[in-house]
Amino acid sequence: MTLTHSSAGSVRGRPRGTSRQSRAGMAFVAGYVLLLIAFGVLPTCYAIYFAFTDAGGAFTGFSNFITTAQDFRFVDSLGHVALYLVFWLLSLVVFVVVLALLLHRLSSGPVSQALRFLYYIPGALAGAASVLVWLFMLDPTVSPVSSLLETVGFHTFGEVIAPGNLALLFTIIAFWTGAGGWIVVMYGALNNIPKDVMEAARIDGANGWQTAWRVQIPMLRKWIVYMVILAFAGGAQLFVEPQLLSLASTGVAGRDYSLNQLTYDFAFQMNNINGAAAVSVELLVVSLSVAGVFVARSGFFDAD
Amino acid sequence: MTSRLLAGSVLTVFVIFFVLPVLWLLLAATKTDQQLVHDNPLSFGSWHALSANWHALTAFQDDAILLWLRNSALYAAISLVITLCLAIPAGYALAMTEFRGRHTLLIATLVVMLMPNATLVVPLFLEINAVHLIGTMWSIILPYSFYPFGVYLTYIYFTTAVPKDLLAAARIDGCSEFGVFRHVALPLATPVIALVGFFSFVANWTNYFLPYVMLPESGQMPIQVGVGSLLSNVPSFNPTVGTLAIQRPQLALATLVAITPVLVVFLFAQRFLVSGMLAGATKE
Repeated sequence: MTLTHSSAGSVRGRPRGTSRQSRAGMAFVAGYVLLLIAFGVLPTCYAIYFAFTDAGGAFTGFSNFITTAQDFRFVDSLGHVALYLVFWLLSLVVFVVVLALLLHRLSSGPVSQALRFLYYIPGALAGAASVLVWLFMLDPTVSPVSSLLETVGFHTFGEVIAPGNLALLFTIIAFWTGAGGWIVVMYGALNNIPKDVMEAARIDGANGWQTAWRVQIPMLRKWIVYMVILAFAGGAQLFVEPQLLSLASTGVAGRDYSLNQLTYDFAFQMNNINGAAAVSVELLVVSLSVAGVFVARSGFFDAD
Repeated sequence: MTSRLLAGSVLTVFVIFFVLPVLWLLLAATKTDQQLVHDNPLSFGSWHALSANWHALTAFQDDAILLWLRNSALYAAISLVITLCLAIPAGYALAMTEFRGRHTLLIATLVVMLMPNATLVVPLFLEINAVHLIGTMWSIILPYSFYPFGVYLTYIYFTTAVPKDLLAAARIDGCSEFGVFRHVALPLATPVIALVGFFSFVANWTNYFLPYVMLPESGQMPIQVGVGSLLSNVPSFNPTVGTLAIQRPQLALATLVAITPVLVVFLFAQRFLVSGMLAGATKE
């Protein structure tokens, strides 16, 4: 199937490549393919191998999956990650789309450009830095918004990082670093909507809301799907935020919060490499199938 | 009119949300811990306090922070070079040449690109451990160098921006395949090289999970992990630390130091970025 597809592509484009070209093509991709095998395919195989064997290397079927699923922390961390994903995806879709639409309506060049850049800046603080910044923001003794925190009833850092709040806090951190980039993307996509479509809506008497709801948002649909897919896959891998929070609260909050922390714990605290591999395989299956379905179905990557 | 006002205020609220923490961080580094608690959160402390914070920070484990910075720079730079050397030719070949397995490779690249890099951290550890590279810089440099998104960006760039006829003309003129790449394609590829370089640098500089697992020794940590490890030495977060404590303004300064390279690149690459992020997924 693969072959017919690619040769069909070349017939459409230009005469079929010579064998000289074919050899050159392979040489150009060789290094990359080597890395793809070493750091994409091989670790995947490795994880699968460890997930289905025991410490002695004997095949054990699904017993690693069952043992880890029965670990008292597993269901909890699954729930945490699920709740976090709901918050994260909802906030991302709603606010990114709304902000991009507002910026697009504003459309007085320099202001809109400056705002987009300001929204994007926290992207530079991705990773550990964003968590550190927000630890300060959430500590009522030093926070610039301490009065806001007190108004909603938080007087100490400990109260702010109560277990029930964590999903929301991680959402705020992720949104703070990640939303700006997506706003830029959505804004660009809005700009790509043909002028005559917008003009037609205007002539038909659509007001701003109607244009947004009936014309712009439907045309953003595939971008929104793309964003949700990537945010979902990334969010399911939550690690650095709870890990640093648990350091900051000496293990009170955030420890074993996410599934990836659990794999880390299995592997490095409990010396259960096989259990860690089992949870990794579960995460792998989720992100691989999400990615696969998206590539196959969305038409986004109409590669050839 | 009211709708315009509403729009303006929503946009402003979000400006505050996105910018206030950055502003606070910049100012916090200029204060003493006392000032941090008692002064206006958005006031400037003093240059003196800033330099005192810097001295206290560098005194921690004898210039540990400088070592971490050096580590980060080294890891990010080597990976960047390898990434560019492999991703640009690969993206070029996928876009401009025909070879067996091309379509499969493209699909594999897309799928792996959409997988978050944290997925494979534990399996990678097992693999790297099996070849006894844990604790060496190659344990993160090699995985960093595998950058499917860069290959994809290059692929998109060549398919959309460089006409195949141009290459065909060079071939007719007797250019070898490598010559076509070197003398025709590469000079046209400057924008995408910059773009792939930028994204790879930022991704590697801000990565936490992989080095956290692969390089547990303080002397080898990149700055992100190092700054994270400072957390457990801050008394207000961890009351059990003794005299080696790091104060909160020093932690703020450390965070600032950790992000400065990325922030600088951001400021300079602004225009690039916007077009690049769009190119990341458009092919319309």
